Amino acid sequence: MVRYFTRLRMRRIYKWGGRPYIFDRKLKSYGFEYLNMSVEGQEAVTTVTPGQYILIEGNDDEYPFVAKLLKFFGDESHKQKKALVQWFLRLSEVPQNKKLLLGRSPHPQEIFYYLGRACDNEINAESILGTVQHVPEDTPFPEPGTKDTLYVKLSWDTKAFNVLDPVLMQDTPASTPPKPALPLFPPCASPTATPVSRGPVRRALPTPDPTVMRRAGSVSDTRATMSAGKRSTLEAESIHSASKLSASKILSAKRRGSAADTPGVRKKLQLSPGKKMTRADVLCELLDEEMESEKVISLKLSSSVSHSLQHGCSLSPMRSGCKTPNGQRRFPWKLSSISLDRLSPTALGEQDLSRATTPSRRKESAMAIRKPALGVLAEEDSEDSPMQPIALTPRSKRKSAQLVSLRIRKQLNLLDNTQKLISDGDDDCFVPSKKDLQSSSDSEEETMVRKTRGRNGKASARTPCKTPSKKVCMVTPSTPRHATPSIPSRTVPARQPGNILEEARARLHVSSVPESLPCREQEFQDIYNFVESKVMDGTGGCMYISGVPGTGKTATIHEVIRCLQHASDMDEIPTFRFIEINGMKMTDPHQAYVQILQKLTDQKVTADHAAALLEKRFSNPAPKKETTVLLVDELDLLWTRKQNVMYNLFDWPTRRHARLVVLTIANTMDLPERIMINRVASRLGLTRMSFQPYSFKQLQQIITSRLNKVKAFEEDALQLVSRKVAALSGDARRCLDICRRATEICEHSTSHPSSAGLVRMNHVMEALDEMFSSSYITAIRCASLQEQLFLRAVIAEFRRLGLEEATFQQVFVQHRALSRVEGLQPISVSEGLAVCQRLGACRLLLLEASRLDMLQRVRLNVSQDDVLYALKAVRD
Amino acid sequence: MSKRKVKETHMPVGECISQYGYIFQVQMILRERFCHQRLPEKPVGMESQHKHLLELLRRTAVHGESNSVLIVGPRGSGKTMLLNCVLRELLEVKDVNKNVLPVHLNGLLQTDDRIALKEITRQLNLENVVGDKVFGSFAENLAFLLEALKKGDRSSSRPVLFILDEFDLFAHHKNQTLLYNLLDVSQSAQAPVAVIGLTCRLDVLELLEKRVKSRFSHRQIHLLSSLSFIQYLDNVRSQLSLPQDFPDTNFYDEWNDGIKTLCEDQSVVDVLQRHYNSSKDFRSLHLLLMLALSRVSASKPAIKPTDLLEASRVCMVDSKANILHGLSILELCLIIAMKHLNDIYEGEPFNFQMVHNEFKKFLQRKSHSIHNFDKPVVIKAFEHLQQLELIKSMDSSTAKIQKEYQLMKLLLDHSQIMEALQKYPQCPTDVKQWAMSAFG
Repeated sequence: MVRYFTRLRMRRIYKWGGRPYIFDRKLKSYGFEYLNMSVEGQEAVTTVTPGQYILIEGNDDEYPFVAKLLKFFGDESHKQKKALVQWFLRLSEVPQNKKLLLGRSPHPQEIFYYLGRACDNEINAESILGTVQHVPEDTPFPEPGTKDTLYVKLSWDTKAFNVLDPVLMQDTPASTPPKPALPLFPPCASPTATPVSRGPVRRALPTPDPTVMRRAGSVSDTRATMSAGKRSTLEAESIHSASKLSASKILSAKRRGSAADTPGVRKKLQLSPGKKMTRADVLCELLDEEMESEKVISLKLSSSVSHSLQHGCSLSPMRSGCKTPNGQRRFPWKLSSISLDRLSPTALGEQDLSRATTPSRRKESAMAIRKPALGVLAEEDSEDSPMQPIALTPRSKRKSAQLVSLRIRKQLNLLDNTQKLISDGDDDCFVPSKKDLQSSSDSEEETMVRKTRGRNGKASARTPCKTPSKKVCMVTPSTPRHATPSIPSRTVPARQPGNILEEARARLHVSSVPESLPCREQEFQDIYNFVESKVMDGTGGCMYISGVPGTGKTATIHEVIRCLQHASDMDEIPTFRFIEINGMKMTDPHQAYVQILQKLTDQKVTADHAAALLEKRFSNPAPKKETTVLLVDELDLLWTRKQNVMYNLFDWPTRRHARLVVLTIANTMDLPERIMINRVASRLGLTRMSFQPYSFKQLQQIITSRLNKVKAFEEDALQLVSRKVAALSGDARRCLDICRRATEICEHSTSHPSSAGLVRMNHVMEALDEMFSSSYITAIRCASLQEQLFLRAVIAEFRRLGLEEATFQQVFVQHRALSRVEGLQPISVSEGLAVCQRLGACRLLLLEASRLDMLQRVRLNVSQDDVLYALKAVRD
Repeated sequence: MSKRKVKETHMPVGECISQYGYIFQVQMILRERFCHQRLPEKPVGMESQHKHLLELLRRTAVHGESNSVLIVGPRGSGKTMLLNCVLRELLEVKDVNKNVLPVHLNGLLQTDDRIALKEITRQLNLENVVGDKVFGSFAENLAFLLEALKKGDRSSSRPVLFILDEFDLFAHHKNQTLLYNLLDVSQSAQAPVAVIGLTCRLDVLELLEKRVKSRFSHRQIHLLSSLSFIQYLDNVRSQLSLPQDFPDTNFYDEWNDGIKTLCEDQSVVDVLQRHYNSSKDFRSLHLLLMLALSRVSASKPAIKPTDLLEASRVCMVDSKANILHGLSILELCLIIAMKHLNDIYEGEPFNFQMVHNEFKKFLQRKSHSIHNFDKPVVIKAFEHLQQLELIKSMDSSTAKIQKEYQLMKLLLDHSQIMEALQKYPQCPTDVKQWAMSAFG
């Protein structure tokens, strides 16, 4: 990529080039053919033409936005220079939670075709920084280090990565001749770009051999026919895309193998399962003719691409998924499984469409191929199953996208659950057995195939490009950047609940997520409406939610987000991103910035830097921004003396381009008035909501809904618990805990754990007693004689003084007198102090620091009546 | 250790040597009980608590149910012993043994959350996961640990047992971040954890912030010993008795009979009663028995009632009276002067000048019995008393006021002074009389 630091120092000058033509009479805007830009003080002039790929100034200096220029226009006065663009996304612009959908480690230079509707595609032409090289689908990712080109392999429609549709890239006006390479570019770009007339195809292909490129056109025909044959077979195939793919893979391998007649390939084929072989054979026959033509292609390629490259490639998951015969996939299982998965849905989509496609359509697709589409995957598929051009209708695309995301999600879950892939029927072919062996032999095979292709003398740009690209992208097997820690997994799986009481206990645990959230319907609706409207409008806002602990604040918001996320998956509302921070889960209020930024962009920076970046992010207009919903739990912990954290959190949503919705939670209703200075409180606004403590009916409903027909409690018992808790705190957690304890008591009270019956009143009473009764009285009763005597002495001294406080010395005099009355041997001062300290440690007494010795003051932590009551009971 | 003991007993060179060997062995066994906190076979007098805790932890270990519990009881009531017994029993179960990760924290060691987090990470062996990466900031550390705990889920990750000794001290950490997070994990669908707090404070829940408190399950196991004196005596006997597997049966019988008669001796019962009245906990009992045990030797191979009496005397002795015995006559005189000042002004603080005046008055009356000390010498003696903390300065800003005029208070009781005077060797009679007289 071109280095841009110059633009920081120098002013760029933009000038329209070519003749203006009226572009829109109503708006009086003029179209222009190209734009000349030059850097002040330098001779070199860069010309930007529609169809070129440009960099646009954004809020990140390092990574400017990328787009493809569609059209230039300006107003009458020629003052404003505007441009229509097609956006491309960098991975960093993809929402965090969706990045996983990519399923492989992204290439640093990789960008994605943006299919979303959410952003304005009209830009100010003067924000153009320069053009950028851009490589169509066939080319491989470069070795890390070549930094001057961007790669598009996939498209992104805000929900899933799709294989890029070649037609999308087609709309570039083919008539515009490619401009000579721009001075900003590294020199390698110019020779490739110039010579050939099919401009967009060859734009900045990094492949060193231009002749390869010229062959691009011829392949497409064979492709189309191939796809036809493929389609017929596919129709017969099962839903299981994996098998489908593998079949196609075998097919291709065999195809090559038969042509080349190399023993290595043969051998491999024999390894693959018989059933698929037969299918492959059929396919093979069907496609024989077409194959002939394709085989021819690869001869020259082999010379142009270095062997070492190929070798490296063969390790990568994608390659493996596509090229090797079924039984022999040998990639790191994680990657391979995902990539295959992505491929499979496309195959499905193809299947759906295949019947509908008419020959004419096919032609069109063939045309499309002629202009090489971007995207490795597209190209991969087109080799094996050229459905890509067919899957044009948006409906099918969405469908396939959903399928993709669904399957990927499934895969990811699978991955998380340790490496149980083998057990999964779909995936058992991914077991990374024989990895080393395979990879080496595979690369061998690859080279051979190429040679055979090349022999036929027919050139096709498609195949040669494709092979290297696959190989290269494999070279960087993604090592996890940050090994995320986790608690080691257990050797013996957790036992499932065995009887009704255990079942009830599991359901009553606070951590179990209930099916529904009863008793908070109104609050739910309010929050839902608030967030939904903000997301729909693309605006921002704040909401403050208060309520005592255990009233379901966080749970309700999570529920809301779950529902909204569902809605956005169903395409009812625009996508949004949900971020959650918790004041208690950070060590310092300023860490909030770090956590927000990390969750937004996965960057790890210091607090100050994070604050600056966020400030920039939320204040600059960025066309592709989606709404961010930020939940700030335990807001009061974010209080600082200057309150700048809170200020920022509430100020960002008010910015025009922020698209930030902030939901804050704290315990006290009047927090804004109590701790916030005016300018902060004012920004928080008046959208407030307070969660009332649950009433006993609600608590009862909550327990009943959680138990969900598990009959473990007597009705009366439940009512008692709910009434008791409602009277005290209305804390649902407390209520659940008591119920849980009651089931335990019930279980212990019955002799046979299997025959444990209902939880009755007495069990609940016992549980309530345990949890609510204060232990002071028991503690006093269980204290030693001298300790009890000391407590009496304390009370006696208090009475004498008429104060609720006395020094140890004074109490000790009383103590000595009392022990004489009781007929006990008086104890020494040291002993007396020890007694006093013991009582102090239990907090029956409150003591001053013990270095005051005899002068430390003593107070009772229990009421005198309680002490007397307890002591009286002891005597009786 | 036992093997070595056995070897020694198998060197039958002579009666004396084997006797010595047995005594050595007895000392070993009993000392292990008294000093090394050896776990008893079964905790005494806390069966229900034991069952409750065991069930709770077993559910965490087996079912992956997150729990939190507090074990509350006065010092020396056996909280740690109970927990260790339960853990021992729990880890004996095979499939539990490999499945739980105990993490021990102590409020006295992990004095803030930063240290506590490092310790948790270390004990969970998580630092290996990130390679050699040295942990950066406290914030990173917290995020790291929470991430780790969040990753787990109920059925697949190992339960972690967080054992927080001196739980109340964790409540004093800033914002109670650690407690909040641990208890929050225990109440959400993350890695299963059991948070076990040990504390002696009965009001520990009041220390918790309300959102932390709401996340605590409110299970408290109270260890309040309601041991009667008979049980206490039984306990003393069993603590002193030798175990069944003692190699020499003769010696075993002899010793255990000796202990039995010892516990029936009236003076011993009185001593123990006194101890029982003072405190029921086993720590102080162990201290007493340890002192008695240390007087056993090869020539005196049994604990005699006198040993116990002597031990009790040592235990009960007043520490300040002991210090008073070591004072010079001048210092003693100053103490007496202070006592008189206390009597006159009813416990109001005094300064050096007042004490000195009082002392001079005494000297004028009884000039023949005591030297006339110079004022600097008297000041020196006064300062020495201050260093011994027999007197304590009342105002904190010591630098501002001249030494002579700093207000002081006496940290001694009347009875302590009188007792010390009685026992003071060669105390001049005049001084004694002065001390006992009602007026200075």
